[in-house]
Amino acid sequence: MIVRVQTEDFDSGLEINQLRNARKDTGAIVSFIGQVRDLNDGDTVSQLTLEHYPGMTEKALESIVNQAQSRWDFFDALIIHRVGSLKPTDQIVLVAVIGAHRGEAFKACEFIMDFLKTEAPFWKKEVTQSGERWLDAKHSDDVARERWVK
Amino acid sequence: MKIKIFYFARLKETLKFSTEDLELPDDTFAQTLTILKLKSYLAKRSDVWQQMLLGKLKVRGAINHELVDDNAKISDGDEVAFFPPVTGG
Repeated sequence: MIVRVQTEDFDSGLEINQLRNARKDTGAIVSFIGQVRDLNDGDTVSQLTLEHYPGMTEKALESIVNQAQSRWDFFDALIIHRVGSLKPTDQIVLVAVIGAHRGEAFKACEFIMDFLKTEAPFWKKEVTQSGERWLDAKHSDDVARERWVK
Repeated sequence: MKIKIFYFARLKETLKFSTEDLELPDDTFAQTLTILKLKSYLAKRSDVWQQMLLGKLKVRGAINHELVDDNAKISDGDEVAFFPPVTGG
């Protein structure tokens, strides 16, 4: 498992290649990249700042991968999440999962993202034409998480 | 008892505190301290503290890097954190 929280950008192609080449029995690679949008709630966004809780954030991400591993059969997972100051089209997060077949890898990748959104301590603040504002948690993200809880 | 408290995001900005060391007399209050009791204790500092910790914002608590609920017990030496619902990804 690789979990990194960093201010620097990342090369998603390179990261995914390193992950998939680590095992020759890999048959499926599923990845998700989240990026900064220039529009939110009808306002133009010029900057996004991400804050985290060093120590707890990494631990929470590792725990999410462990939970996914106990539910689905996949080989390995990678999470890179950026913090600090970002601009529209900047990459925020990369989640990649490798496994033998796509079914389990798709589910694990989606599960990791849904739990990252609702449990990992990150907070977004955006700058719009009307000033700075902290983002509120979205109900749709809670609904997405609940799908996995039986 | 001594604990360390961290505040994040909107809480940190509004309360103008990112971290503090809190020392409490070793009485019954400290021995039965929970996240909710600590929130109520801190809320007495001012209206802003009251609004931020016990208002509309659903403040979540963590003890030693684990997300916990309001009834979680706090012990001597713990690292406690308060923050708004998370918005990463």
